[in-house]
Amino acid sequence: MTLQAVLLVAAALFSVGLYGALSQQVIVMVMMGLELMLNGVILAVGAFWWFLAPAPDGQVLLLIVIAAMTVEMAMGFAVATLLHRSRGSDMTDSATDLSG
Amino acid sequence: MTEPIVQVSPAWAVLAPLALLLFALAGAGLNGALVARSVGRPFRSGASAPLAQVARLLRQRRQVTVAADVLLWRIGAGGLVVVAILKILVIPLGPWTLADLDVGVVWFNTMDVMIWALFWLIGWGANSAHALVGGYRFLSLAVSYELPLMFALITPAVAARSLRVGDVVAAQQNLWFVIWMPVAFVIFCGSVIAFSSWGPYATAVGRDIAGGFLTDVSGVDRLLILTGRYAVLTAGAAFAVPLFLGGGGGPLLPDWLWTLGKTALVLATFVAIRHRVPTIRPDRFAEVAWIIVLPAALLQVLVVAIIVVGS
Amino acid sequence: MLIDILFWALAVVAVASGATVFAVDSMARATYALAISFIAVGIMLVIVGLEYIGIITILMMVMEMAIMVVYMVMYMGMNPALMPMDMTHNKRGSAVLAVGTFVLLAAGALLIPWPARVGAPAADLTASLGHAIMGPKMLAMLTISPVLFATIIAGLVIANPRGRYDRWGDDLKRRPPTDPMRGGLGR
Repeated sequence: MTLQAVLLVAAALFSVGLYGALSQQVIVMVMMGLELMLNGVILAVGAFWWFLAPAPDGQVLLLIVIAAMTVEMAMGFAVATLLHRSRGSDMTDSATDLSG
Repeated sequence: MTEPIVQVSPAWAVLAPLALLLFALAGAGLNGALVARSVGRPFRSGASAPLAQVARLLRQRRQVTVAADVLLWRIGAGGLVVVAILKILVIPLGPWTLADLDVGVVWFNTMDVMIWALFWLIGWGANSAHALVGGYRFLSLAVSYELPLMFALITPAVAARSLRVGDVVAAQQNLWFVIWMPVAFVIFCGSVIAFSSWGPYATAVGRDIAGGFLTDVSGVDRLLILTGRYAVLTAGAAFAVPLFLGGGGGPLLPDWLWTLGKTALVLATFVAIRHRVPTIRPDRFAEVAWIIVLPAALLQVLVVAIIVVGS
Repeated sequence: MLIDILFWALAVVAVASGATVFAVDSMARATYALAISFIAVGIMLVIVGLEYIGIITILMMVMEMAIMVVYMVMYMGMNPALMPMDMTHNKRGSAVLAVGTFVLLAAGALLIPWPARVGAPAADLTASLGHAIMGPKMLAMLTISPVLFATIIAGLVIANPRGRYDRWGDDLKRRPPTDPMRGGLGR
């Protein structure tokens, strides 16, 4: 197990998540894509921490990433609820009011 | 007279599930006896009822509903016992423990979150309305009990200044935690009963929805789920011992016997409560949990933290 | 050696179940595939010594997926079990971008000359994290807590369709309030 190997896995997770976040139409599925991207980020940060600088600072950074995920989830669910109430669907394609 | 906790060889791990299942069976037997007494049948016929049921379920044919998600259904049914076994890995039996993890308390918490997924999967897998309603009821109960449970779990860890279960036991050498953190203990016990979907919190398998997520399971699956419910109840009772009841501490008898005895006592109380307390509706309980129980748990942590910092 | 085998097995599980999320047509399976991916990553974190973070990741994500699946079923707007779902747009463009990103990241991971390890991990990593949070890194945690609190309030404001005037009437004098869900403390 080397740094490069873990980073490759993290990159694969991130890319799969990116594919999902871009290609899905339903907000909850888009959120799953974002979560998968953050999953890759968590793994990469963990690998950097262990293989490059195992100081406590890196662990704090991971905690912040996890906190960011909870914020993303809470706001995503709230927005999905609001969209569903006002439009009757939570498709991203129906929420284009701000597009140019 | 508590001895320091030592980690034993993993080979002993085969005994842990055995002990867990024996306790679960005893709990089921006690429940059967209490049911028998309440309907006026002899005590003994009730106590042996679980054995008869095991034999019956092992022979029963497995039924599958239309368009069931069999994979997820089986994962849910089989997972409960596994989760219960993983829970007891960090519980010391007197001076011996199988895995004295740095983060034993968090480990237990993680395993009880698994139960959220498993009960919902059982409800989902059957592809039937009553079962799914049961799964949802459990989740709505879960968002009520989980946060108070987390703070109740963290309270002894704050007092012991460690998340390691061994350190929590060692910190209770002079005074059991149950005495100066009774609120946390009560919340912990209530949450254990809730995450086992037992007694007053058994609405997810309630009679009003034809048995909830148990409606469509039969044969071995049903046996695994029923066993799993008793097993997680037992695991929760066993975890109360190192967390609040001084682990193996006690006069005269050896430590391991004290652990088993205390576990049996707590488990018996949990089982008996089922016959004493009315059912609690999850939707009404939510407000109580968030407005009364959660602040009470937080106050308990605050009091304990002040005492620990001050001492 | 054993660690290597375990790592690669977990890596395959993590990526495969991550890909499964967008391949299956069942909401429950998609959500719990993501949960499995997170569990695999959590165990990998435990392997590199991050016991606390790894187990917390598993705890958080299994809980989150249990809630996520409820939202999936609630908002998907179709019969979840009987009708397979396929709600995607611009699949090819997304795939091209995803592969491009992977190539870029992988090239970076393999070609950058990473520096040697600085320092050694503390003996008790969980304790060292606790000291960091309660000591030098306290400001970070102090910042997170109002952010989380603001999130709770913002989430409720966005999602809650009923305000206090709906509950207590125009002059806020109606007792008990009209709630869709009666009971609880009767407030």
